Amino acid sequence: MDDGLFLRDVEISKGGVPLISVHHDIKPGEVLTVMGPSGVGKSTLLAFITGTLAAGFTATGEVWLDGHNVTHAPPHKRHVGILFQDDLLFPHLSVGANLAFGLQPGSTASDRQKRIAEALDEVGLGGFADRDPATLSGGQKARVALMRMLLSEPCALLLDEPFSGLDAALRTQIRSMVFDRARARSLPVLMVTHDAEDAEAAAGAVLELGGSWS
Amino acid sequence: MTRRFPPLLPALTLLAMLGPVAAGLWGTLLPAFGHLPAAGISGPSLDPFRDLFAWAGLPRAVLLSISTGLFATAISLLIVVLVTAGWSGTRSFRVLERLLSPLLSVPHAAAAFGLAFLIAPSGWVSRLFSPGLTGWERPPDLLIVQDSWGLAMTAGLIVKEVPFLLLITLAALGQADAKRSVTVAQALGYGRLTGWLKTVFPRVYGQIRPPVYVVLAYAMSVVDVAVILGPNTPPPLSVQIVRWMSDPDLAMRLEGAAGALLQLALVVGALAFWRLGEVIIARLGRRWIAAGGRGRADPVVARIGLALGGASALVVLLGLGVLAIWSFAGFWGFPDALPDQFTWRNWMRFGPGTLDALGETAIIASVAASTALILTIGCLEAEYRYDLHLSRRGVWLLYLPLLIPQTAFLPGLQTMMLGLGADVGRGPVIMAHLVFVLPYVFLSLADPFRAWDARIGTIAAALGAGPDGVLWRVRLPMLLRPILTALAVGLAVSVGQYLPTLLIGGGRVSTLTTEAVALASGGDRRAIGVYGLMQTGAALVPFTLALLIPAMVWRNRRGLRHG
Repeated sequence: MDDGLFLRDVEISKGGVPLISVHHDIKPGEVLTVMGPSGVGKSTLLAFITGTLAAGFTATGEVWLDGHNVTHAPPHKRHVGILFQDDLLFPHLSVGANLAFGLQPGSTASDRQKRIAEALDEVGLGGFADRDPATLSGGQKARVALMRMLLSEPCALLLDEPFSGLDAALRTQIRSMVFDRARARSLPVLMVTHDAEDAEAAAGAVLELGGSWS
Repeated sequence: MTRRFPPLLPALTLLAMLGPVAAGLWGTLLPAFGHLPAAGISGPSLDPFRDLFAWAGLPRAVLLSISTGLFATAISLLIVVLVTAGWSGTRSFRVLERLLSPLLSVPHAAAAFGLAFLIAPSGWVSRLFSPGLTGWERPPDLLIVQDSWGLAMTAGLIVKEVPFLLLITLAALGQADAKRSVTVAQALGYGRLTGWLKTVFPRVYGQIRPPVYVVLAYAMSVVDVAVILGPNTPPPLSVQIVRWMSDPDLAMRLEGAAGALLQLALVVGALAFWRLGEVIIARLGRRWIAAGGRGRADPVVARIGLALGGASALVVLLGLGVLAIWSFAGFWGFPDALPDQFTWRNWMRFGPGTLDALGETAIIASVAASTALILTIGCLEAEYRYDLHLSRRGVWLLYLPLLIPQTAFLPGLQTMMLGLGADVGRGPVIMAHLVFVLPYVFLSLADPFRAWDARIGTIAAALGAGPDGVLWRVRLPMLLRPILTALAVGLAVSVGQYLPTLLIGGGRVSTLTTEAVALASGGDRRAIGVYGLMQTGAALVPFTLALLIPAMVWRNRRGLRHG
């Protein structure tokens, strides 16, 4: 089977100094956790996979997603969903319009509206479609960001310290919400974090930065 | 990645900014050395320079150009530094900032007329104190406005450059970590002002250096303010150059071109002199810092700074007020503080004329400002997509059209267009305006555009939006407010342009500014009041809209209210 997110001999360096080296296959429904203190360039790996690596970094190796080599595909054609620590909802769009941005085009307007309403219901935010995202609580925003990303039907999920902005109780709740949905959709997940609890909850392989395995 | 935004736009932008400057300098150089085929004169020869140096008014004109430039720049910078050092972060500072920011868009000519109406022998100030304090029953015979030392002109430049330098300084403060530096200095026993000067100023000055140079170059070569407030016999060099260039005798253009080159040399020399001053002040400053004085005079100096800053804002505001009064004045005898009656008659009389000029002004400003905005967004977006970075040296390219005195290249551009047989008129005027509008629009939009969180772009792309989709559906809507502000800056810059309209328009393009300045010699205060107000309105209304439109469009979007 070719399904999953495969990182083949990925090596990223900056100014000739090697930063990261990863070779790993993430099968559908599995989670790979990349750990390490902040500022070591964990997010750089995610930028390489989304196709938004900043100038100054050089990367070798390949990214395969469900049997396609996406290493050189433009960011918007990769079908890789990403969640950041901040919710990053589009501040100029309503909650519903944020979700509509993620929803694949096609189908009728009423059908799209129905799917948005269902998505909001699913995370306990029914009736929030017309709200200004800035008026939502941190946990509500995180849930909208998650559903927006899932509505775009990604083939893989990247998490960039997605729970560190939330307080302890909320963190557990949102974390299981994200992992449950990723598993239900059989998505390969790559998570970058410096929180051991996150790694534990992910219950998958853990890659300590520098290449040592635990 | 599709190349829908090829680096073509940055190239076009450079061409639009620097092309006319280069062409203009070339067009100045040839006639300055006696080569002007259009007038049947071919060189090379040094006669134009011989004529120039034979002009009896030259030493005085040169001195005026240098003194007004250096004093206006130094004093306005000093005021801004003292105010910022002594008061940034306080309530008084916010009040002053709010007073000064709208003044930035007041055209130079309107501010100069306002000042003239305040301080002239028959001006408002003299009326308020007469005959009570002064005993004057008639306006005294004093040469206050258009004084031969150029003091009124220097003052007019200062009140207009203070808002500009203050806003530039505020923008630079954001990157200087000023607050914590001052807190640390204060904890070590330094006064606020001295602490700021010793810890923050060196960093801030490094950032605001290019705009300070722009102020110097501008103040040395300004024409409209000089026509209104400057001396006449002889006038500052820039005004004399324009006189030569407008002479029906084409041969006078040679002398004008030589004068333009001299003006360029003066500005380059003054910039070098200023640079030398920076080095000396830096050396003295290091010694001052090492001496460890805590600044016992701080409170006094800070108050003087605030008073000067407040006065400079007040002068412009009162000036606009007195322009408004004159525009509605019926009979107004000296020394009455207010006219006998207020009337619409002046507006009925001059209104239709101003409307024609307003139409012309609006067309030129809209085309120039929106072109500048499109080019700027194209440049910034190309920078983002192709990960290009403008180096420190590259930034100076943006300032180049503002550093080369207008009087040095616009006459040449005009001569060159005449030589090519190109028709003067609205199109070329718009191109000439673009040279000055582009840098300001770019500088206004660049910081907010670059500060946009690129992760939002990553998210949008991950959701399937292509580069153009991210730009149109996410980035531009989110940046609506800074985009409209940049557009308003562009409109205000274009509205205020005098020399490009006059020279490149060949006298056939009449905007509010050219009409208003043309009234200066006539001295009809009611007409000046009407034109001056219309000119100010044309520059201010876009700014008001730039505030109102985003507030209305995003009234239900709290996340964008302060963005």
